[in-house]
Amino acid sequence: MKVLVAIKRVVDANVKVRVKADNSAVELANIKMAINPFCEIAIEEAIRLKEKGHASEVLVVSIGPDTCQEQLRTALALGADRALQIKTEDSPEPLAIAKLLKAVVDQEQPGLVILGKQSIDGDNNQTGQMLAALANMPQGTFASNVEIEGDSLQVTREIDGGLQKVSLKMPAVVTTDLRLNEPRYASLPNIMKAKRKPLETQTPEDLGIDISPRQTVLEVTTPPERAAGVKVGSVSELVEKLKNEAGVL
Amino acid sequence: MGNAILVVAEHDNSQLKGATLNTLQAAVELKAQGAGAIELLIAGQGSNAVVEQAAALPDVDRVLVADADNLAHQLPEEVSSLVVNLLEGGDYGYLLAPATTNGKNLAPRVAALMDVAQVSDITEVVSADTFIRPIYAGNALAKVQSHDALKVVTVRTTAFAAVAETGGAAEATNLDAPAALGVSSFVGEELSVSERPELTSARIIISGGRGMQSGDNFPLLEAVADKVGAAVGASRAAVDSGFVSNDMQVGQTGKIVAPDLYIAVGISGAIQHLAGMKDSKVIVAINNDEEAPIFNVADFGLVADLFEALPELEKELS
Repeated sequence: MKVLVAIKRVVDANVKVRVKADNSAVELANIKMAINPFCEIAIEEAIRLKEKGHASEVLVVSIGPDTCQEQLRTALALGADRALQIKTEDSPEPLAIAKLLKAVVDQEQPGLVILGKQSIDGDNNQTGQMLAALANMPQGTFASNVEIEGDSLQVTREIDGGLQKVSLKMPAVVTTDLRLNEPRYASLPNIMKAKRKPLETQTPEDLGIDISPRQTVLEVTTPPERAAGVKVGSVSELVEKLKNEAGVL
Repeated sequence: MGNAILVVAEHDNSQLKGATLNTLQAAVELKAQGAGAIELLIAGQGSNAVVEQAAALPDVDRVLVADADNLAHQLPEEVSSLVVNLLEGGDYGYLLAPATTNGKNLAPRVAALMDVAQVSDITEVVSADTFIRPIYAGNALAKVQSHDALKVVTVRTTAFAAVAETGGAAEATNLDAPAALGVSSFVGEELSVSERPELTSARIIISGGRGMQSGDNFPLLEAVADKVGAAVGASRAAVDSGFVSNDMQVGQTGKIVAPDLYIAVGISGAIQHLAGMKDSKVIVAINNDEEAPIFNVADFGLVADLFEALPELEKELS
């Protein structure tokens, strides 16, 4: 079985972003970029499935300008077999991404597609569900455990009230939550080896997909800052202030 | 295309969840901007009690009920096919769902099947086609205009007040559920049972972080919580360390909360945690590290050993 993993290049999770002075977007120039943390978990899960003998090949795909090849190389160093860049000028909307991935699914016929549940830049949490819909596959979103049993997939999902377990007929789409696994680091020999692994590039035109946007971002602003309050000296002073000053007790 | 608003209800077949009431408030605001009637969809099985609660909501113009075996667990494959059937009728200009794990699971699937984009997790309705939504873990706010005729929107429940629960008498219409697709099935669930209020609707929340050192110490928080009727939450660090279960996580990727009072205990204040609680009315931080970033957002900070402060706090509140 082939496993397809979709990854996104995003601002590193430890960077505190700033909004551009003209309120058009978030400042991305000269900022450290990385694989979206949830996508790292997706890569790790695919590699583990290969190590357990469930997957024969791990194909990793990313959509964006040539800079995203850096993240694809990292995925190859982590253990993916093959990479595909779908070259676009900037980052298309989730619906367009899902359509591009659907075209890749048609080409590659994976038994399982794993994606992060959301990217930490747009925070949309849409792409996996949209791909599942377009590819007519069942979806196991926000997964904290995945087991393959014959041609079905047992997915434990993190839901608001606790955990839910569903059984999906493969091919299926899984989106990762934080506790699915702990991603490994790439070793130096594997980073060297990754340079020789195949990385192919296609375009939305090659795939016959229209990626024109359906939305306009009119403005990006900084939310009002919360001002730091006061330090209290004791628990009794705290309770007194909560009761009399803030009126919340 | 019509202009009515279809709202997907959050429920567990026996009770309508509060998230529905907040989502309806966003619908009310869209109606004020010129959108049409508000229709509430209840997809489930044996959900009569929910239908009754829904019909009593004064802001709901019509309740739509789909009751079938294959809808019992509201699996997205089955519910999306039902919702798409409804939307294809052409009466609706909007599909709204709460940005809960259920809503987030369902709405994008429907949007893609309808070939429209989705606006996720809105915190404000600006106009009939324009919304504010947080990006980058709430470190920026995007004003987004949707150009699709059908607007699929998920609603951040803490950003909208709850609509009134009684006084209405909406008509309930039964729908035929589409045939089961059978590509997914429900195996089981482990839901946390608690006498305390739910995190997303609690007026007071007390949360513990890595500083709690172990899940065995969470009863210290629970004792305080029970004095004031609070819910108990946790930071991602506490959940990742296995102290407590995932459904207690407050943060960018856990639950987003905005109670009247949020007490953060032994939580340093990572960006991803702040994203989940910084809209709380009053924030209290208790931490032994006076440099902890949580103090930068706290209204009241107490630099103290939590193992001494918590029992004292419990006593003060008795």
